[in-house]
Amino acid sequence: MSTFTREEITHLGDLARIALTEKEIVRMQDELNSIAESINTVQEVATDDVQPTANPVPLEAYLRPDVAQKPLTQEQALSGAPVKEDGMFVAPRILGEE
Amino acid sequence: MSDTAALVQLTAAEMAEKIRNKEVTSRELVEAHLAVIEAAEPQLQAFLKVSAQEALAQADEFDALSDEDKAKLPELAGVPIAIKDMIVTEGIETTAASRILEGWVPPYDATVIERLKAAHMPILGKTNLDEFAMGSSTEHSAYQNTMNPWNTECVPGGSGGGSAAAVAGFEAPLALGTDTGGSIRQPGAFTGTVGVKPTYGAVSRYGAIAMASSLDQIGPATRSVLDSALLYEVIGGHDKRDSTSIPEPVRPAAEAAREGAKRDLKGMKVGLIKEIGGEGFQQDVLDRFNECVKLLEDMGAEVVEVSCPHIGYALSAYYIVMPSEASSNLARYDGMRYGLRVMPPVDVPQTAANMMSYTREAGFGDEVKRRIILGTYALSAGYYDAWYGSAQKVRTLIIDDFNKAFDQVDVLICPTAPTTAFKFGDKIEDPMAMYVNDIATIPANLAGLPAMSIPAGLSGDGMPVGFQFLAPQKRDEVMYKPAAALEAALEEQWGGPVWKSMNTPWLEGLNK
Repeated sequence: MSTFTREEITHLGDLARIALTEKEIVRMQDELNSIAESINTVQEVATDDVQPTANPVPLEAYLRPDVAQKPLTQEQALSGAPVKEDGMFVAPRILGEE
Repeated sequence: MSDTAALVQLTAAEMAEKIRNKEVTSRELVEAHLAVIEAAEPQLQAFLKVSAQEALAQADEFDALSDEDKAKLPELAGVPIAIKDMIVTEGIETTAASRILEGWVPPYDATVIERLKAAHMPILGKTNLDEFAMGSSTEHSAYQNTMNPWNTECVPGGSGGGSAAAVAGFEAPLALGTDTGGSIRQPGAFTGTVGVKPTYGAVSRYGAIAMASSLDQIGPATRSVLDSALLYEVIGGHDKRDSTSIPEPVRPAAEAAREGAKRDLKGMKVGLIKEIGGEGFQQDVLDRFNECVKLLEDMGAEVVEVSCPHIGYALSAYYIVMPSEASSNLARYDGMRYGLRVMPPVDVPQTAANMMSYTREAGFGDEVKRRIILGTYALSAGYYDAWYGSAQKVRTLIIDDFNKAFDQVDVLICPTAPTTAFKFGDKIEDPMAMYVNDIATIPANLAGLPAMSIPAGLSGDGMPVGFQFLAPQKRDEVMYKPAAALEAALEEQWGGPVWKSMNTPWLEGLNK
C-alpha cells in the first residue's frame, strides 16, 4: 500500500478541485497515512473468489412509465444561482487564455 | 411542573391521542414546542433554523380539517417534528451544516417531507449535524456545537446530534435523521433516545443530500419505540423517484411495537454478536448491555452467541466505501448552479476550474476535505481494485456472515457504541479515534440491515448507554417487538422513561 506523499496530496487536491493550503497539505499527510494504515486491512480477506457488493439490497433495474411531469420552472432552477443573467447561469470563462 | 412542560414530555403517540380526544390542538403542541425551543436553545443549540411561522400555519391547516378528514390521516397527524438539515425542505433554508450551502433555499421537498406534509405533521425546523453528515459528534458543523442535554459539556453524538438533542431535550417529540454509519443510532445512544436506521431502500432518499449513496438511509429519532414505528410507517414505502427504493409497502412496525409492549418474547431467538464488545468498550456500557440481555431472557427470549467473523473488517471497508462515494457525490458543489461561489485571487487566472477550487477550499471544512481527498485516492486508477474493490468484497463477506447468523436467530443484539458521550474536543484532533466510535453501527449500513438503538440505562457518571437490535433486510418489524419489550421492562425498573433522571433547567420557568 503506497503512502500519501506531499506531491500525491497536491495532485489529489487538483483532481478533487480543492485549492488546499500548505498547512492543510502538511496536516493531511499525517492523518491520511494513519487512516490508510488502518483501513488497508481489507485486502487480507478480499480474495479473487469473493464477489463485490455495490448495492446491499439488490433490485432489478426498471424503467419509469413514460409520463410527462412538471419539472422545476426556470425561475426555481435559477433560484440558488450564485450569478444569473437573462434566465441563465453565469459561469466564469472555461479556458485560461487571455 | 407547568402545563407546557408536562405536554412536551409526552410521547408522540400520547400527543396524537390527546389530539384525537380534543384535549389539545396541533397549534397548542407547536406553540408548546416553540416555547421550549426558545428556552432551551441558548443551552442546547440543536437547531440551525426554526421554522415557526411555517409550523404554525401547518398546524392551523390540520386543526381546521373535519373530524372525518382527520380520521383518514396517519396516527401521528398534527404532531410536530424536527428535520435534520441534511434533508431538503422547499422554502426553508437547507445547509447540510456546510458553508458551501449557506443560505440555500431548496426549490423542492424531499419525498419524506412530502409524506410528513401529507400526514399534516408540522415542521418545527432544521437541526444541526456534522457537515454533510461526516462525523460522530456534531463538532464538524460549520455553524455551531450542539450540547448533550444530559451534560452540556458533552457532545450529543453525530452526525445527527441536533435531531437527537432536540428530541432528548423536549424541543421536538420526533425528528428525522440520516444514517450512513450510525448517524441516527449513535446520537440516540448518547442522548438516551430511540434512533432507527430502516432497511436500506425502505425509506426514499429522494431529497436527502447524498453522502455515500450505497449506505445512506433516512430514519426516525424519537423518545419511544412505538413513536419510531409510527414515524417509520409515515415516511416509508416505495418511491419511484429513488431507484434504490424497495418496491414494497412499509412493514407493520407499530403493530410489532404494540405486541412487544406485552413483554412476552417466548419463542424468540436472539443472537448476541460475539465480535462486538470487549476490548475498547467502556465497562459500564457492557454492564448495562448484559443487564438488558438478562431482561430479554426473563421475558422468554432465548439468547445465544453468534459469530460474524468478518465484522472486524467492517470499519476499514466503511472508511473506503464512504469517502469514495462522498468524493463523487460532493463533486456537485462547484459554485455554478447553487451555493457558494468564491473567485480566485487576482494573480490566479479567473477560470471556471480555478473558481471551483477556491470555492471548495473556502466552502468545505476539514473533515469533508479529508474524506474527499481519501475517496479521490481510493477511486483513482491503479488503486481502485486494491481499495474500493476490496472494500466491496468485504461487504459481501459481512452480508454472508449476517445471513448465516439470521439462519440461527430472529434478531441480533450488541451495544450501540463503545462509550457514552465524550467531552467536546476529546476526539476532534484525531480522525481515527473519532472513526472507531462507529464500530458497532457500521456493519448494519454495509449490509443494508435495519437496526435501532434504545436507551439501556446510565453509566456510572450518569450518561445514557445504548442497546442495539439488528433485523434481517426488509423485515424491519422484527426488531420493534423485542425493542418495545425491553423498553417496557426497563421503564418498569426505572419507574418511568430514562429521561426522568435528566435535569432540564430549560423546562423550568415555562408558562410564567
